[in-house]
Amino acid sequence: MHPPRSSNRPAHPLPVRIMHWIGASAVICMILSGWEIYDASPSLPFAFPRWMTLGGWLAGGIAWHLSAMWVLFADGLAYLAYGALSGHFRRDLRPTGPQSVLRDLGAAVRFRLGHRLGHYNAVQRLLYSGVIVVICLSVATGFGIWKPVQLGWLTGLFGGYPVARGIHLAMMGLIVGFLVIHLVLVALFPRTLVAMLAPLPADPAAPETEHGQ
Amino acid sequence: MIRSRPAVTAGDLAPELAQLRRRGFLTRGLSLGSLALLTGCDLSTHSGVDAALWAMLRFNDRVQAALFSRTRLAETYPASAITRPFRFNAYYPEWQVRTVPTHWHLEVAGRVADTAPWRLDKLLALPQEAQITRHICIEGWSQIGEWSGVPLHTFLRRVGADLRARYVAFRCFDGYATSLDMASALHPQTILALDFEQAPLAPEWGAPLRLRIPTKLGFKSAKNLQAIEVTNTYPGGYWENQGYNWFSGS
Repeated sequence: MHPPRSSNRPAHPLPVRIMHWIGASAVICMILSGWEIYDASPSLPFAFPRWMTLGGWLAGGIAWHLSAMWVLFADGLAYLAYGALSGHFRRDLRPTGPQSVLRDLGAAVRFRLGHRLGHYNAVQRLLYSGVIVVICLSVATGFGIWKPVQLGWLTGLFGGYPVARGIHLAMMGLIVGFLVIHLVLVALFPRTLVAMLAPLPADPAAPETEHGQ
Repeated sequence: MIRSRPAVTAGDLAPELAQLRRRGFLTRGLSLGSLALLTGCDLSTHSGVDAALWAMLRFNDRVQAALFSRTRLAETYPASAITRPFRFNAYYPEWQVRTVPTHWHLEVAGRVADTAPWRLDKLLALPQEAQITRHICIEGWSQIGEWSGVPLHTFLRRVGADLRARYVAFRCFDGYATSLDMASALHPQTILALDFEQAPLAPEWGAPLRLRIPTKLGFKSAKNLQAIEVTNTYPGGYWENQGYNWFSGS
């Protein structure tokens, strides 16, 4: 029901490009400093190598984590507000039915899924909306284990301190999994990296993907 | 909590870091190469990044003080939830636990009306409170324990402390030290513990007197107390001076 788009609209509007890179920097700092904190008392039978962590020791890791936290929190709130108010979520990221996901996933693994800048196929919609939910959960569990007394209702919502800590770690795993897929796809379609940096015009819509959902 | 601190590696990279910051690279995304530089920032250097991290620690102190409620209580648990065996933790290994000095007494100093030292029998004569609460370590692990003793607010009122002072500092005979904001010191669950699991504190659990504060991370619950001081001068602490967040509220 949206108006037809002119062909010279950018693939990604400026606010999305700015918030993407601020958020990406913050998430990477959160993951690497989170590994440093995890290593202080690993809850699973493995530890992250020192060279992969940020902060040098536990206090440094926590200082990084609780600094980047505010960047991610502010950037995330701004993005959620923008996405909801601008129609970005409804237009671009709203997941489609399982049939179109299977169809696009099948095409993707056979390397037959064409990519159009500024248009989101069913697999992208699922991945991007999924990682937004996962990052929200990781921030919420993070606040829950940071403040199990003052925000005790939040900690309780996730099953108490030890369980919330486990969920926080699991969300990190999902975000890292997303990043691997995301970076492989960017490597396969390098034009998407340029489009996230500069105002590259969106590709014309393909009729079957634009209206067939 | 016996991790050694890494060798300082980022000090001689400070000029490059400053240059990179001037280019605004922190907000434009991080390459793997710049991350390799940043991993040297561990609060021990004089780089601008470390200065920014220290500033954020102070910012987080203020946020936590604003979030803190004088009446909100840490969750309490039934006796069946107590963790056994209870994990020993200190800045030294268990075989270095100090025995209580002969003629031990608690010194009281600073902004108080009565600086007379306190012996155990005097502390035992004050009203006692028991609690079964979760001790959460800054390392992430946690365990549930049972402590009882004199509420710190009772003690502070008894010695005529200036309750509008900013800090309450604790010094320990095992070389440890920490400090609290006054609001947390007056919280009803902050106690000067004499007992652990309904028996007088053993040396490894902080004999003869320890702080137990379930509204802060475990390292704030100092063991083996020697002196308490009420002050308006920021006292810091053993870990706080090295970079652990000072407020460290739960």
